[in-house]
Amino acid sequence: MRERRPVVFRGSGFAPERRRFVALAAFAVLVGVWEIASRLGWISPIFLPRPSAVMAALGDLLHSGALWGHLGDSITRMLGGWILGTCCGLAVGFAIGVFSLARSVGIPFVSALFPIPKIALLPLMILWLGIGEASKIATIALGVFFPTVIAVYAGVDGVPRNLIRMAQSFGMPSRDILRKIVLPGAWPAILSGFRITASIALILLVSAEMIGAQRGIGQFVLQAGNLMNTEDLLAGIVLLSLLGLSIGTVLTRLERRLARWR
Amino acid sequence: MELILEQVTHRYGDLVALDGIDLEIRTGEIVALIGPSGCGKSTLLGILGGLVQPSAGRVLQLGDAPASCLNALTFVFQDFALLPWRDVAGNVALPLEHHGLSSGEIARRVAAALAKIGLAEFANAFPKQLSGGMRQRVGIARALVVEPAVLLMDEPLSALDAQTRELLMEDLIELWSATRFTGVYVTHNLAEAVRLAHRVVVLSRRPGRVREIVEITVAHGDRDSVAAAGDLKQLQDRLWRAMKAEAQLAEREILDHA
Repeated sequence: MRERRPVVFRGSGFAPERRRFVALAAFAVLVGVWEIASRLGWISPIFLPRPSAVMAALGDLLHSGALWGHLGDSITRMLGGWILGTCCGLAVGFAIGVFSLARSVGIPFVSALFPIPKIALLPLMILWLGIGEASKIATIALGVFFPTVIAVYAGVDGVPRNLIRMAQSFGMPSRDILRKIVLPGAWPAILSGFRITASIALILLVSAEMIGAQRGIGQFVLQAGNLMNTEDLLAGIVLLSLLGLSIGTVLTRLERRLARWR
Repeated sequence: MELILEQVTHRYGDLVALDGIDLEIRTGEIVALIGPSGCGKSTLLGILGGLVQPSAGRVLQLGDAPASCLNALTFVFQDFALLPWRDVAGNVALPLEHHGLSSGEIARRVAAALAKIGLAEFANAFPKQLSGGMRQRVGIARALVVEPAVLLMDEPLSALDAQTRELLMEDLIELWSATRFTGVYVTHNLAEAVRLAHRVVVLSRRPGRVREIVEITVAHGDRDSVAAAGDLKQLQDRLWRAMKAEAQLAEREILDHA
């Protein structure tokens, strides 16, 4: 009689999954440890105030009404710059994706200008447009423009050729091919471009506000730092984090709508 | 409507893909184009349908398409070429939308085309939810919805598994019996060609020339019969002998232009 042994299972692991509430618990533990360490005096409140103090600072901001002024200014600048840069980027990106002339001119230009850190252009923008809102919006728009162009024309390039041939084989006019084949085909790539440009816009917003603004979260954070008011400083950072998170949530919603057919 | 190819030649750089092809596609017949891979049969189909500009020669169209026809030369693609973001009805409606039809007329035509190929209950499904066979049925419905004069099929069953291929082949034969459409069927599969076509055109490879044209007079309904089996087998063997040496060459080729 030969021995019978079970075959050993060795296919486990390498399939990570997300467990609910684990992240929330980990976050709560981190904040809790920080709070306790701070209260026990292990951490100096001048360098790192405890979470409850940061929350209190946020509460003060809310009560004094200053919160809405800062937030309103920042959101207006960021949205204005992002929308301007995105619209121009979409137009140029589509032109590069479709027309030979635009492609021949556009790609070298975009490649040459894309690597410039756009915040370096803020002084120039201030010279051209003044210290007011226009220079900040223009800087954000420039930062958003180039990655959008690249995402859009890469997206257009990625639209399967066979779908375009199919449309041509049915005699569809170019305008319809663009609207019904190219645009929806490039949309996923454009959307992931939005994720990148939204974070760029946030970075440029804060930088621009730190260089010259009366109000705005960036200005608030910088001023708090100058006064060594770390509570306000961290409150500002929490605000920025919330702003980034809300943008991410909106984009995730958009991507979900897309996932229906993907 | 008939199609006539006159001395069609096509080159890719130095490579002569098609060389002096003369061919007629007659009304109501299905012509199968077969040949080893790289013989230019898909290119020839593209030229027939006006998607590829031949280097020399021309394609003539004899007579007019019927008035109800919205797209005389209509393709069915090997990879289906469905829009993933549109459901089945939306995909089938696509070629109707730029003709200024009323939405009621579009809906009526789409429903008729879907019913014809057994897709009515899948109207609201997205391509990713469908099996390969169903996807190609959508491709066929989209071709039928414009009431084509000539159906140009580019290896329509090659991306499907054997059982699905069999089912769709039966559908195509049924469709021809019902509508007597004119068709050009590109394939590398001899059995498919012999089952569906009225004439089989064998292309040689590099340069692609018409090597042989074989007429199949057995009616579709009789092609399964025992009486016809011997003849058809013989025919298939003859076609295979015509292709074999070149198919072997094609297989051993190292692609340097892919």
